[in-house]
Amino acid sequence: MIASINVVIPRTKDAALATLAENAGKCTLLAGGTDLMVALEDGRFTSKLVVDLSRLTELRFVRRESDELVIGALATYTDLLRSPHVAQMAPELVLCAREVGAAAIQNRGTLAGSVANASPAGDPLPVLLARDAGIEVASVRGTRTILATQFFVGYRRTALAPDEMITAIRIPAPKVGERFYWRKVGTRRAQSIAKMVLALRATATNGTLQAIAIGVGCAGPTPLRTPKTEALVAGQRLDKMLIDEARRSLAAEVAPIDDLRSTAVYRRRVAGNVLATFLASLT
Amino acid sequence: MKILLGVNGVSKTVEVAPMRRLLDVLRLDLALTGTKEGCGEGECGACSVLLDGVLVNACLIPICQTDGAQIVTVEGLSNGAALSPLQRSFVSEGGAQCGICTPGMLVASHALLNQTPHPSEAQIREGLAGNLCRCTGYTKIVAAVQKAAATP
Amino acid sequence: MPLVGQSPLRKEGLDKVTGATRYGDDLSFPGILHGATVRSTIARGKLRSITFDPTFDWNGLTRVTASDIPGDNVIALIADDQPALVSSEIAHCAEPIALIAGDNAERVAEAIKHVHVDVEPLAAMLDPIAAASSPNGVMKDFLLEEGDLAAAFARADRIVEGEYRTGYQEQLYIEPQVMIAIPREGGAVEIRGSMQCPYYIHKALQRLLKLRPEQVIVIQAATGGGFGGKEDYPSMIAAHCALLAKKSGRPVKILYRRQEDIQATTKRHPSIVRHRSAVTHEGMLLGCDIDLLIDGGAYVTLTPVVVSRAALHANGAYRWQAARIHARAVRTNTPPNGAFRGFGAPQAIFAIEAHVEAIARELGMAPHALRRKNLLRLGDVLPTGQVLRSSVASREVFEDALQRSGFEEKRARYAEERTRGGRKVRGVGCSVFHHGAGFTGAGEVHLKSVAGVEITTDGRARVLAASTEIGQGTRTIFAQIVADALALTYDDVDIEEADTSLVPDSGPTVASRTCMVVGGLLHRACKEIKQRVPKGTSLAAWAALAPLEARRSLMQYTPPPEIVWDEATYRGDAYAAYGWGANVAEVEVDLDTGETTVLRLTASIDAGTVMHPVLAEGQVEGGTAQGLGWATVEELRAKEGRYLHDRMSTYIIPTALDTPPIDARLIECPTPHQPLGAKGLGELPIDGPAPAVVAAILDATGFLPTALPASPETLLAALESA
Repeated sequence: MIASINVVIPRTKDAALATLAENAGKCTLLAGGTDLMVALEDGRFTSKLVVDLSRLTELRFVRRESDELVIGALATYTDLLRSPHVAQMAPELVLCAREVGAAAIQNRGTLAGSVANASPAGDPLPVLLARDAGIEVASVRGTRTILATQFFVGYRRTALAPDEMITAIRIPAPKVGERFYWRKVGTRRAQSIAKMVLALRATATNGTLQAIAIGVGCAGPTPLRTPKTEALVAGQRLDKMLIDEARRSLAAEVAPIDDLRSTAVYRRRVAGNVLATFLASLT
Repeated sequence: MKILLGVNGVSKTVEVAPMRRLLDVLRLDLALTGTKEGCGEGECGACSVLLDGVLVNACLIPICQTDGAQIVTVEGLSNGAALSPLQRSFVSEGGAQCGICTPGMLVASHALLNQTPHPSEAQIREGLAGNLCRCTGYTKIVAAVQKAAATP
Repeated sequence: MPLVGQSPLRKEGLDKVTGATRYGDDLSFPGILHGATVRSTIARGKLRSITFDPTFDWNGLTRVTASDIPGDNVIALIADDQPALVSSEIAHCAEPIALIAGDNAERVAEAIKHVHVDVEPLAAMLDPIAAASSPNGVMKDFLLEEGDLAAAFARADRIVEGEYRTGYQEQLYIEPQVMIAIPREGGAVEIRGSMQCPYYIHKALQRLLKLRPEQVIVIQAATGGGFGGKEDYPSMIAAHCALLAKKSGRPVKILYRRQEDIQATTKRHPSIVRHRSAVTHEGMLLGCDIDLLIDGGAYVTLTPVVVSRAALHANGAYRWQAARIHARAVRTNTPPNGAFRGFGAPQAIFAIEAHVEAIARELGMAPHALRRKNLLRLGDVLPTGQVLRSSVASREVFEDALQRSGFEEKRARYAEERTRGGRKVRGVGCSVFHHGAGFTGAGEVHLKSVAGVEITTDGRARVLAASTEIGQGTRTIFAQIVADALALTYDDVDIEEADTSLVPDSGPTVASRTCMVVGGLLHRACKEIKQRVPKGTSLAAWAALAPLEARRSLMQYTPPPEIVWDEATYRGDAYAAYGWGANVAEVEVDLDTGETTVLRLTASIDAGTVMHPVLAEGQVEGGTAQGLGWATVEELRAKEGRYLHDRMSTYIIPTALDTPPIDARLIECPTPHQPLGAKGLGELPIDGPAPAVVAAILDATGFLPTALPASPETLLAALESA
């Protein structure tokens, strides 16, 4: 079976895009392999053509471009952990990268790979949602940037066209006074799949919550934002009553399921509690 | 697909399917059975090897990604007949019991010490968190890494 | 200086750190075939037919079904009720039905999909409580009674009741099960693979294949962890390999992938234990009335012995004026549950220790004070009527663990800390426990184990025993014992392979018996040889000329005369000696998530004389970590008799980051019943961590988890409903 899979190894982005255009919908992209190889071993992988992107060194970068943190599609989690730009502009992404698998997975796994894989439990995806990140995608037809909030369209489905691939992730620079938070509740402390992931971005001054963005994982078929709860608390005074309301609202707004790792009831409770504790820390 | 790779400093050529796992090439095609398989899904770390100096799970690496690369396995950790300080301390401190996680654990420990020559206990535990051991409770593995790190 | 008590480098250590050690899957033989197993997919049913798809190309593939079995279709063990391959009734969802072997593993995997098994489904029994009252549902049922229970309850100030449950636990040795069979001349078969008990396989294959003892040769390959999981199940895989090898005439290897390994092999028995205790206001334990139930799964395998050990530990390390222990093992349509480090004792000890916490809470007493007051002492009587005549270290281990961990100071400090609020709370808890060393009851008498030593003509010693090295250090401690007894160096002692054609049956490598029982036999054998050497002659000079019969001594186990056990009534000395242990766990609980982090674990363990401090500490730390996993993260649920958590990404064991620093100390209280004073060590450390953790959670949160694992889901639900 493995013997029947062909691999194309483009050396440039343009060559990769040309291959993609030729084989749109019939090939699977390979970067670090940490998801694809598991699927292959499981017999869940059915594609007959793999496009190995690992030689596209031009896409392996992490840099600051004026008011954006730009993470190339081939940047690994280890690259994120070592980048001063990430530490400065997305400290919650550092916390997140440290908890993706363990060292060997961080050395191979890429942020863009997690985005393309679009698992509702994908560790970094709530960060990208809460940060209003852009997903830069390219095809022979050109380049466009899709907002993370519009990228995850269904269970493991994305807004990528069949001939497109992710080239970079763009995260807006922090605004003055913005606070960031990330929390994964997993099955254990390393090498774990999330039960619940919460990423938060908030601005609070003098006891009032000016703005908040909430990204949640394991809370539905896709990683999601929670607009109702955000609207409920934004602009409000951060007192105990509001915090309790926020807790209840988020617990009600998420739509998790029971699975092997946890229960829907637990996930609702934890999402609400983690948000409440974060809000309390802002007062 | 024809793949040229260095394994423990020796050049090797294999002609295999491009999606064949590096783990299978090492164990079956090159008869280097020191690298173990515990899960086949990147969870246990028994197949840890260095790929161009970087710690990876050999069960998650398709061989097509290793063309031109340098691989180090447990068989390549000792310098001729002389054990490395880590190999010595794993024996003396009791870091190896049944021994099935030991090759991967040693490779991961080498990668850790290459990066952080004098790690704290917390750094050791984090650095080895991708390598499961069911025998030791990790205490003696941590001690072995500390001892090797203190070896001049 | 004697070697016993020192820590020489383990015998096979060099090979293990260089990758030279050959485990089962590292072995190959010319012409070897890959074997695979067709299994049931439902929990219970009648096998109507097996059809090999006629449109599939079966050329070059070997197929085996039950009709190919030359002898009796059973895996011989205790009750001999488990078939090697189903011939009529399917009793669990991973039951082997047919076997396929071929040159190419991928082709064999494809062929498996072309075997059509027609089954008439039958209603499956999946609830152990319902099984207890169903016909043929109870495998073993017995009662232990000591003292006047009615009088104890009549005198009680308080009666405390509780129910405690534990779930499945998977051994999760990192090396999956693997076995190879090689056909030999005249119908003989050679088996090599991962195993704890070569002679179990030796016995099972004679019966299955109708072979004479010398026609079955079983050789242990290096084994990557066992923990009980490679006690009896390897006989099944060896049977399958041997059937395929006989039919094909080629060597056959069967390697289980992780999912198949978890689905098919044995687990720790789930348990339900009900306690009803009579106590006084002052915290005197008067009477215990215990109902213990374990789920044996579909076949008897080792369950009767597991439930015996569970019952014999159900009273805990405490003195009761009266006890009544009713123990049952039931049959359900799940894969048979089997041996796992501790063998029933951890379940029973979790229940009693959690219950002691409940009693202390009920009485408003500090839990360690309650324990201290009721600990077993020399001269006390156990529920079997056994009088503790020697080697009781309950007090020493308990006080040592409390003192080294700073238990009382931390209990006060964490309580004060909690009054200040915060979303993370800390707590501390303790446990104290005992563990019967070696086989239960008359087990050793029935086994009649034999082990010995041979002096080679060049003056080296060769150890002859079938006890396996599975990581615990068998080869190393045997060499230490023999070297000391014969005044040789460590390097002068060689350990013969665990090969049934070369070594006698020294019994299975289980029940923490290797050092105590087999080590004792080796010691006696050495003494006998020394007596044969004339005064003034060196061992080497004597051996150069002595005949083989003189240079070899094989010893058979005989129980100490003062140890008496009556199997029919469950009365007498259940174990020749007990090990003693105490744990203190410190935890932090996140009130937002219910996650418990174990911060530190202090273990004080008495297993008698310590042979090798580094190996012994390794046993304590490793067993403790497995106990912590069982307490916190190791969850295995089943649906319709099939395990849901069947891979390493879903069956969770602790990583280096999840495992706390384990502060282990060995306290030596030797037994007079073993030449060196050694008691069993392997299992004892796993008995205490789970109850210490739930006690610490109770201290931190006011909620006592009564079921394992103490998951964040349960804890958060309890905290939020409080």
